[in-house]
Amino acid sequence: MNSNRRDFLKLMAAGTAGAATALAVGPLQARPPKPLPPGAIGILYDATLCIGCKACEVACKAANQMPMDHTSGLEQLHGVSGVWDAPDDLNSRTLNKIKLCETNDGSAGGLSFVRRACMHCVDPNCVSACPVSALTKDPATGIVRYNPDACIGCRYCQLACPFNVPKFEFDKPFPKIVKCQLCTERVSEGEIPACCAACPTGATLFGGVTDLLAEGHRRLAFQPGEAQDYPLHQLGTHEQRTAKVTGYVPSIYGETQTGGTQQLLMAGVPFDQLGLPPLGNDSRARLSETIQHGLYQGMFAPALLLGGLVYAVYRNSRQDREEDPGATAADAPGVDTQERHHD
Amino acid sequence: MTEVYRPVGGKLLTRHFYFMGVLALIAGYFLVRRFVFGIGAVSNLSDGFPWGLWITYDVVVGTALACGGYAMAILVYVFHRGQFHPMIRAALLTSVFGYTLAGVSIVVDVGRYWQIYNVFRPGYLNLNSVMIEVALCVTSYVIVLWIEFSPAILEAMKANRLLRLMRHILFFFIGVGILLPTMHQSSLGSLLIIAGYKVHPLWQSNLIPLLFLITAVAMGYGMVVFESLYASVQLGRRLETTMLARVGAIIPWLLIAWLVLRIGDLAFAGKLGLLLQPGVEPLLFAAEVALFVYASVILLDPHRRVRPNALFWSALAVVLGGALYRFDAFLIAYNPGPGWHYFPAVGELMITLGFFAIGIMAYLFFVKKTPVLSANP
Repeated sequence: MNSNRRDFLKLMAAGTAGAATALAVGPLQARPPKPLPPGAIGILYDATLCIGCKACEVACKAANQMPMDHTSGLEQLHGVSGVWDAPDDLNSRTLNKIKLCETNDGSAGGLSFVRRACMHCVDPNCVSACPVSALTKDPATGIVRYNPDACIGCRYCQLACPFNVPKFEFDKPFPKIVKCQLCTERVSEGEIPACCAACPTGATLFGGVTDLLAEGHRRLAFQPGEAQDYPLHQLGTHEQRTAKVTGYVPSIYGETQTGGTQQLLMAGVPFDQLGLPPLGNDSRARLSETIQHGLYQGMFAPALLLGGLVYAVYRNSRQDREEDPGATAADAPGVDTQERHHD
Repeated sequence: MTEVYRPVGGKLLTRHFYFMGVLALIAGYFLVRRFVFGIGAVSNLSDGFPWGLWITYDVVVGTALACGGYAMAILVYVFHRGQFHPMIRAALLTSVFGYTLAGVSIVVDVGRYWQIYNVFRPGYLNLNSVMIEVALCVTSYVIVLWIEFSPAILEAMKANRLLRLMRHILFFFIGVGILLPTMHQSSLGSLLIIAGYKVHPLWQSNLIPLLFLITAVAMGYGMVVFESLYASVQLGRRLETTMLARVGAIIPWLLIAWLVLRIGDLAFAGKLGLLLQPGVEPLLFAAEVALFVYASVILLDPHRRVRPNALFWSALAVVLGGALYRFDAFLIAYNPGPGWHYFPAVGELMITLGFFAIGIMAYLFFVKKTPVLSANP
C-alpha cells in the first residue's frame, strides 16, 4: 500500500505541476490581440445614407452567381415576389442583405436600414474555430475566405460567429458554408466589390480600413442639418455627392467590437436596435485560444500526465500481465466451463 | 485479480431485441433521407442552431455517459483499487459502444462527411481550434477503447497468443485511455467559450472545461452503478450492491467539488443575481443543483447507499443532472439571437433513438456471447 500511495502522490505531483504550469503560464502569455493586416480593405456602411434600394443585393447575387431566393407561399399569395422582400435575412443564397428595422428612436423617424454581411473581423472567431482551416484570413487584405475543399461541414463557425454570418446549405445533400468573401476575384482584378459598385448613394463604401475609419470619424463631426460631401463607391476617387446630414450615434460599430471588424457601420439609431450584438473589445477567439493553449502549451501538461498515468498503470496492473491466458476461460477446456457455469 | 469473465449466454433474439431492431430500421429510413436530400430534410437544425440533438445528445451527453470505462480505470489503475477490477469490462463495453456511436453520429451530423479525413491532414488541421482537439482525441479514444476491450473478444475467439501479447502491452493503452477522456471531456466544454454571449451567462464560464470534466467522471461512475443494477435485474443476475455502493460513495465528492466551483465561479463573476431573474434558466440551474444535491445526500450516507433502490435512483440523478447541464449549455440556454428557435424534428429524434437501440443491441450481443461480465459477482 505504501508503494501505491507513493505512486499516487507522484502522479498527483506530476498532474498538479502540469496543471499549475498551464494555469500560471496561461494568463501570463495570453494570446496577443491580432493587428489589422497592413493592406486591410473593407466597407463602411452608413445607414443614414441608405435608401433601401437593394441595388447592392441584386449586384451581389449577380457577381456571386447566387440564385434568387424563393418567395414564401404566403408572399406569393399576396402577389409579392422577387428580390425586394425575400428573404428577410442572410441565408445560404444571400451574402448581403439590407434590412429595415423599426426602432424606438423617434428622432430618426423610428426607422433605419442596416446592412448584414460578413464583418471580416480583424480577429475572426470562425477562423479560430474551424478545425480544418477552411476559413482563413488573408494576411494582406484581411478578407476572410472559405475553402470548400477543406470544409467538413461541422458548422462550428456558425456557433462561433457573433454576427451569425456563416450560412449552411441545409437543403442540399452536398452542402457548403456560404458567406461574403468581399468579391475576392473582383478585388484582385483591381475592381471593387459588387455591392459598393452598385450603391447609388455612397451608403456602402469601399476602401482601406484605416481610411474608412478616418472617413467615419470625419462624419461623426458633422452637425445634423448641414450639407456635406459624401464619397461614392470607393474612397479616394473624386466621385461624390452632397447630402443633408441627419445625425449619428457617436461611434462606429466595428472599430473596437470583437477586436475590430473590416466592415464598419454607422447609423442614426443605437446599434443594438439594428440587431448588432453588444460585444466587448476582445474577440472570444482570443480567450478560447488563451485557455486552450494555456492547458496544452507544447503538450507539456498532457505529456507529463501521460507519463505518470502509464507508470501508475504499469505498477498497478502487474497481476494482469502475469496472468496466463491459458488458465482462464479462454482455454480449450474452459469452453466447457463457460457453458457449465454460465448460469 | 484472477477473476474470470464469462458470457452470460441465453437467447439473443428476444422480443426486446426485435423491438430495438425495429427502432434501428426506422432510423435507417431517416438516415437514407438525410444522405439523399440533406440535413434539412430530417432535422430542424438551422443557421441559428447549427448544433442540435445529434451533437448535444449523441456526442456531448453520449460520450459522458460512456465515461464508465474511463472512471473505473482511474479507480483501478491510478488509485489501485483492485477490488473493482471485475467491473471493468462491463464498464468498458458501454464505453466502446457509447464512443463508437458518437463517432458515427458525427459522420451523420457533419455536412461534408466525405472530407472528414481532413481533420487528420497536417496541411489542414488548425491547432487553434478546440474542435480539432475534440476530433483527434475522440477518434484516438475510440481506437484505444477497442484495444482495451479486445481481450474480451480475443478470449471468445480463443486467440491465446495474441491475448498474451495484449496482456503485456495493454498497460500503455490503459494509460492513454485515461489521458484522452481527460483531454476531450474538458474540451467539449471549451467548445462553448468561443460562442460568447450565445451561451447564457449562467453557463458561459472560463471554468467550463473543468466543470465538464468533473461531471463526465461523476456521470461515468453513475452509469456504472445504474447500468449494473439495471442489467442485473434484466439479465436475472445477482445484484453487486456492496461493490456498487463503494463506487457510489466516490460520486458525492465529485459533485460537491462541482457545486463549489460552479456556484463559486458565479459568485466570483458577480452573476448570482441572474438566478433571481425571470425566465426558465434559473429553474434549469436549480434543477441541476437539486439532482446533484439529492444524489450527494443519499450517497454520502453509508446506510442508505447500500439499499439497491436508493443507489439506483441516486445514480440516475447523477446521470440526469450531468445530462441536463450539458443540454442546458449546448441547447436550452443557448440563444443565438431573436427569431431563432429549435426543437428536434421527428427524423432527428428517430435517428438518435435508433443509435441508442443499436447500442443496446450490441451490448446484449457482447454480454451474452463474449466474456464481459464477471463469472461470480
